[in-house]
Amino acid sequence: MKNRIDNQKWYVDNFNLFKSSNKNVFSTLSNKAIEKFKTLEFPTKKDEEWKYININPLLKNNFLPSSLSANSSVNLETIEEYTLDNLDVYRFVFVNGIFNSELSTGLDFGKDIIAGSLSNLLNKNDTRLEKLFDIKNKLQKDNNIFNLLNTAFLHDGFLLYLPKGTIIDKPFHVINISTGNNKLLNQPHNLIHLESNSKAEIIFEYVSEKATEHFTNIVTEISVDENANLNVYKIQNESPNAFHIENSNILQKNSSVVKHFSLSFGALITRNNINAELDGENVENNLYGLYLGNKNQQIDNHTFIEHIKPNSNSNELYKGILDDDAKGIFSGKILVQKEAQKTNAFQSNKSVLLSNKAISDSKPQLEIYADDVKCSHGATVGKLDQEALFYIRSRGVPLELARSMLIRAFIDDVVKEISIEQLREKINHTIFQHLKRVEF
Amino acid sequence: MIKIKNLHANVEGTEILKGINLTVNRGEVHAIMGPNGSGKSTLANVLAGHSAYEVTEGEIIFDGKNIIEMEPDERAREGLFLAFQYPIEIPGVSNSIFLRTALDEIRKHKGEPELTPKEFLSLLKEKAQILGMDTSLINRALNQGFSGGEKKRNEILQLLMLNPKLAILDETDSGLDIDALRIVSEGVNAYKSKDNAVIVVTHYQRLLDYIVPDFVHVLYKGRIVKSGTKDLALELEERGYDWIIKEQPETV
Amino acid sequence: MNEETREDIKLVEDVTQTDYKWGFVSDIEADEFPKGLNEDIIRKISKIKNEPEWMTEWRLKAYKHWLTMEEPDWAKVNYEKVDYQDLIYFSAPKKKPELESLDEVDPELLKTFEKLGIPLEEQKKLAGVAVDAVFDSVSVATTFRETLAEKGIIFCPISEAIINHPDLVKKYLGSVVPQTDNFFAALNSAVFSDGSFVYIPKGVRCPMELSTYFRINAENTGQFERTLIIADEGSYVSYLEGCTAPMRDENQLHAAVVELIVLDDAEIKYSTVQNWYPGDKEGKGGIYNFVTKRGICKGKNSKISWTQVETGSAVTWKYPGCILLGDNSVGEFYSVAVTNNFQQADTGTKMVHIGKNTKSTIISKGISAGKSNNSYRGLVKVNKNAENARNFSQCDSMLMGNKCGAHTFPYLEIENNSATVEHEATTSKVGEDQIFYLNQRGISTEDAVNMIVNGFCKEVFNELPMEFAIEAQKLLAISLEGSVG
Repeated sequence: MKNRIDNQKWYVDNFNLFKSSNKNVFSTLSNKAIEKFKTLEFPTKKDEEWKYININPLLKNNFLPSSLSANSSVNLETIEEYTLDNLDVYRFVFVNGIFNSELSTGLDFGKDIIAGSLSNLLNKNDTRLEKLFDIKNKLQKDNNIFNLLNTAFLHDGFLLYLPKGTIIDKPFHVINISTGNNKLLNQPHNLIHLESNSKAEIIFEYVSEKATEHFTNIVTEISVDENANLNVYKIQNESPNAFHIENSNILQKNSSVVKHFSLSFGALITRNNINAELDGENVENNLYGLYLGNKNQQIDNHTFIEHIKPNSNSNELYKGILDDDAKGIFSGKILVQKEAQKTNAFQSNKSVLLSNKAISDSKPQLEIYADDVKCSHGATVGKLDQEALFYIRSRGVPLELARSMLIRAFIDDVVKEISIEQLREKINHTIFQHLKRVEF
Repeated sequence: MIKIKNLHANVEGTEILKGINLTVNRGEVHAIMGPNGSGKSTLANVLAGHSAYEVTEGEIIFDGKNIIEMEPDERAREGLFLAFQYPIEIPGVSNSIFLRTALDEIRKHKGEPELTPKEFLSLLKEKAQILGMDTSLINRALNQGFSGGEKKRNEILQLLMLNPKLAILDETDSGLDIDALRIVSEGVNAYKSKDNAVIVVTHYQRLLDYIVPDFVHVLYKGRIVKSGTKDLALELEERGYDWIIKEQPETV
Repeated sequence: MNEETREDIKLVEDVTQTDYKWGFVSDIEADEFPKGLNEDIIRKISKIKNEPEWMTEWRLKAYKHWLTMEEPDWAKVNYEKVDYQDLIYFSAPKKKPELESLDEVDPELLKTFEKLGIPLEEQKKLAGVAVDAVFDSVSVATTFRETLAEKGIIFCPISEAIINHPDLVKKYLGSVVPQTDNFFAALNSAVFSDGSFVYIPKGVRCPMELSTYFRINAENTGQFERTLIIADEGSYVSYLEGCTAPMRDENQLHAAVVELIVLDDAEIKYSTVQNWYPGDKEGKGGIYNFVTKRGICKGKNSKISWTQVETGSAVTWKYPGCILLGDNSVGEFYSVAVTNNFQQADTGTKMVHIGKNTKSTIISKGISAGKSNNSYRGLVKVNKNAENARNFSQCDSMLMGNKCGAHTFPYLEIENNSATVEHEATTSKVGEDQIFYLNQRGISTEDAVNMIVNGFCKEVFNELPMEFAIEAQKLLAISLEGSVG
């Protein structure tokens, strides 16, 4: 208890330092955020939404907001480790949550498109910001303490604005790297707005330079207008001692299509919250997740999909593989409002326990107020399919290799949805690397 | 090739096999027939080492070694092959990667060098041709979305590729139309040689028109109750199993 | 059920539809009890019931704990909170105001009786019309109890068991639902009025379905019923609770506790039909039904099967659960929950796997109509050492109209990797083409809907004893009346 209060006070004190050095269009928002932050408490296991995850290890630490620490940089070679072979991208590199133009490539998009660093734009006092990202209404609904912590220290993040009809030819690869400094708080604040008929793909990659204990607390706001199309791949492969929290909000208008992947490998404690508001007809929303845990990792995925208008589809598939003492958590809710007739909503969570000490908690939920809908959910927990294991072994394949094949088989329906082939390869590789299993 | 002595096996505590004795020599084809529930598939699975079945008594001597304690993959590397009645779908693992892995393991076990990708591919194409298989199937995920016939054909492709000493075909004819049945049988016949052996487990005689057995055994309530030549299969086709069952003492 | 037992039951039914002669030992009028709850009230309840000291202490312990607790608010139900100091915690079975004949009874109610096919005499009784006692109740009741006693079965009011079988009660009361379990269970433990006690001795298969129906049919069950059933090694009992006839009970709050204990190789099948007053079409009135039901499969190869048909009450909060402690034990939960008008139900089950090779099955069917809300809430927990646990859950919801809500909140907590746990849920409506198809074959829309709904609930009805199943089907039709079209 004392930890929590001290921890909260620590951030409030740091805010006062931050405030004096930070004057921009977001100052009012930051102030609002810290005021709200003060009135809340960090969640405990008594909170229904946090009942399965133990965040005490996170709250024991006082992390220093990176905007208040000395700037650090990393070598180009380090960054190149993360590039995808034979894939042409626009690369944006953030070091400890702060944009680094030297490590980034392909930054020129002309004057209508905004792509790059939030901080740069803030410094230029670009007046478009406020309008494009609906700054005034931000935080109105939000009571998430981590979201508020991020917004209070709002400083930098990846920004993307595509005007009507803009189609981006290659993916954005946004690499967020945490450097060797211990106890840093990195808080990217990503804002993405696709106007009607535009199209983009973004790979968000969160990594650490060393096995440090740092805290990455992200806010990502995504708004996709009519008929626009967005793919987001979020890969989290941070230090095994890191803490990682992301709050993502997705707002979709008529006939928009979003595919969102949340692929979690690293960090000691991971919490991903995704809220998708389907405020339009014929919307298509796809949420995919993979979470791989070993040692004593805890990975907690919370998703909330709200169908507001008729005729939209949502499709959710989250898969977990848990080894050693790892704990995997899935909590997903589909809310169908009464106007949202003809909704199709499917949700599935499957997990495999590879060790007899691993734990899986699953809470798939449906809350439905419209009668003419097709909604279903399912959840399974178990071990690898024993019949399939026998089949593979009966062809002479040794046990460990057969298991690896079944791991690949298990995650296949998520991985195959990744439309960038190079990324698919990389993910397949990362899975076996992370689980320390034989690759074939 | 294989000598099964007084084999007893349980599944979930119920005894299914109650003392099987069977010897199959090199170059022979044996058919195991019998009514539903007689233990035919259990026998096939026990020979391949399925962990759901517990062997309580008896021996399985395969090529001079007792394989009872061996894991399924060890048995496979020793040269025992089971064509499944219901081949399993494995998404995300391509047919060719799977076969390549299995073949490499078996060759390694035999002390043979691994095939180069080129050698592997040409071998695969050659065998696929025998079965009239479209090469596109080779790059698809193992059995995923395959029709019943395609799955069975794929089993035989694996048989031809892995070229084991003993092939056990578990109801390979089930779910096949007449053309597919012929092609699959041709595949098995292409495999057959004087150095290997085949055990055909089947309910119906029709498969045996194509894969001609040297011996036919009738399995009933976990025991072989009658053995004969291929004529026995024809007789069963004509008269059914009832007459054999009636010959059995009540205690069976 | 054979003819003989059927007759037995009929006899006892008839008897008990007259004044209920055992159970309450009371010569104190309810009026003497002041409102509110304190230690004195509890002592007084205990004293009236001639309870031994240990029982009084047991109640007081519950009460003291209750004081420290807060009413839960996590369920998806909204209701005006009860003022617990405004209730009267003990009332002897009061005579209802008697009416001269059925003509004076609310015609709505009579229509419902008609549809349920309730015999005339019974209708009178249920509606509070004076009925002449035909039988010598004491002698018939004794015959019935003797049949059971021959087999060593104890079936009596729990108040009687506390006095006559203190060892059994001491050993098992609160062993599955402790006094401190939850707010309503604590309250029940402090003030419970009465309920059933059943003990089935080793190796005995109870020859008839035991039921509260004929015991306390039309009388006050009491707001705080307490049931304790113990199935000793190798025994079997099927217990029926409730009544399909609508109960006009004046008590707003019902907080019952049911505890089942099953030893090695034994089985308890517990079936409930709950049809308490749901409130009127505007959502006024109606019972708050806050029940704690839990069984423990204590022995190896033991089994508990809960079947419930929930159509009544304004608010239902109920999660019959199984603690699967014994190796190879089995827990089952079959449920149909129907809500109409302004009803709210938050119901489901808890399956806790502790022993090895334990198995649980959950089949839940929720039907929402009107402006009601119907939630399934269930927990499947597989503990660390529960090797080879299996669970299958299927939770289907059906909506009728778009002013109601259907919700599914399953919790899966798995700590053993040999477990196989599967949960599936779907939400749908009665298909227009299904109705059209049946219409085309000459079936009215109302009948078509009933048919479809019954088909939807089939898996659960199949688990009910025969007569109960037929009544449950009728009940379903009545509950959903007017919700389509």
